[in-house]
Amino acid sequence: MSFFLETLVGGLLAGVMYSLVAIGFVLIYKASGIFNFAQGSMVLFAALAFVTLREAGWDFVPALLVTLVVMVAGAIAIERFVLRALIGQSDLTLFMATLGLSFVIEGLAQLFMGASVHELNLGIDDIPIEVGPILVSQFDLLAAATAGALVISLSLFFNFTRIGISLRAIADDPLAAQSIGIRLPTLWRIVWGVAGLVALVAGLLWGARQGVQFSLTLVVLKALPVLIIGGFTSIGGAIVGGLLIGASESLAEIYLGDLLGGSVSTWFAYVVALAFLLIRPAGLFGDRAIERV
Amino acid sequence: MNAPEPFLVVENVEAVYGQAILALRGVSLTLGEGGVVALLGANGAGKSTTLKAISNLIRAERGQVSQGTIRWRGRDILGRDPSALVSDGLVQVLEGRHVFPQLTVEQNLITGAYVRGLSKLRIADDLERIYAWFPRLKARRQSRAGLTSGGEQQMVAIGRALMTRPTLVLLDEPSMGLAPLIVEEIFEIVRQLNRDSGVSFLLAEQNANLALRYADHAYVLETGRVVASGAASELARRDEIKNIYLGGGSAAAAKPTRH
Repeated sequence: MSFFLETLVGGLLAGVMYSLVAIGFVLIYKASGIFNFAQGSMVLFAALAFVTLREAGWDFVPALLVTLVVMVAGAIAIERFVLRALIGQSDLTLFMATLGLSFVIEGLAQLFMGASVHELNLGIDDIPIEVGPILVSQFDLLAAATAGALVISLSLFFNFTRIGISLRAIADDPLAAQSIGIRLPTLWRIVWGVAGLVALVAGLLWGARQGVQFSLTLVVLKALPVLIIGGFTSIGGAIVGGLLIGASESLAEIYLGDLLGGSVSTWFAYVVALAFLLIRPAGLFGDRAIERV
Repeated sequence: MNAPEPFLVVENVEAVYGQAILALRGVSLTLGEGGVVALLGANGAGKSTTLKAISNLIRAERGQVSQGTIRWRGRDILGRDPSALVSDGLVQVLEGRHVFPQLTVEQNLITGAYVRGLSKLRIADDLERIYAWFPRLKARRQSRAGLTSGGEQQMVAIGRALMTRPTLVLLDEPSMGLAPLIVEEIFEIVRQLNRDSGVSFLLAEQNANLALRYADHAYVLETGRVVASGAASELARRDEIKNIYLGGGSAAAAKPTRH
């Protein structure tokens, strides 16, 4: 029993890491309807920039601040110089633009910071600690706490600040938002900046867990099933989706792994997502259009 | 001789969508300060496009004004940023009740005040003003706007626009899809706003009979052109206008009620 619990908790905590990446997608998708494929590259870029500064001898805090500035400024620049020019184009065009962007970002990262694998040490020992009857990774707990703090601040932001409510207004009806004087470009800039920040948090945690390397961009592919399950427009959904994927993945690995010949966790998330697409295409928490009958 | 220029002057405006579809073919109209002017015409006649050309929301729909001038309060406003126009006091209420469905009624109204950057206290004052005009909205302030009735949504849309403290409201098809009693209520509020607060209205409406009762002047559009105009009372007497723009059924539904 405690083995089951341990697997479950371990899976849930790992799922939080997926959620962190998925939140970045949700933010931009909600505000502008763009599926930002470059989110994964932003995660990599953040981790790589931070680790490069650290290896150059910078202290933790200044390195973090500089990376933050670079990420936010970079994200705002992407909005201003790439996506602004494409306003009014089809969703597919915008998606292709972000796909292209992801290669540009990866290329730049490689050009300036090299392609070797770096170790990222956040100063947290990954020693399991005992919580009741089970062992839990300390690092995973910290990641979960970080994600929790991020989600709480984002939901306060969206529900109680002018900018947050304006962003939800834009997500609901961009034309109506413009009709009462809400400036779309200003808010897009803000949301891209926030997405840059989220990418930084995800990049540090993923980088510390896996090492900073180019395969980090592949976390995008794990964020996809999370988004399908949680819905593309809900931050809470991204969290629940991540937890579901994380838990089902690690349970499947343990309990179905032998039956199916191992490495179940590489594909199980996609099967779960597929099932959701068939049963509930808007996801658990996605905004279904409110329709009165 | 230099008479002061009217509040709003639209001159010979041509508008195209997607570089190809000519939606307006030289529309001219004027609106005096404190006036209520109706734009009548069938679906697709160019009423909405005229309003969007003025508010410059036409750009958001891949359209543009290709010719003509639009002047408001003596200044050329053609192609100005819609947000700047709103903060100067020109606001459009879109056709089809574009509320923010996931926000509450009150949040919807509050978004209208953002353009003026007010303090919370001033916003609360303005909210009370809106609730005084639309008491129904106060009762439903915490409901998600998407779950309220069609009439309530139209009130939210108008109330939200009023939160910007406009001097000119472009009101697009307020009667669309609403029960006659609700429509009456909404038009009464428009009249009241016009009389008490001096807000000017440019009102696009398919229901000519109704609009002519509340407007003082009207223009009739047909395939992007003005084909008739005049004082509302005079247009209301012209049979062809009633006949062309009111099918039998809707004419019966919109017959003026006498009290």
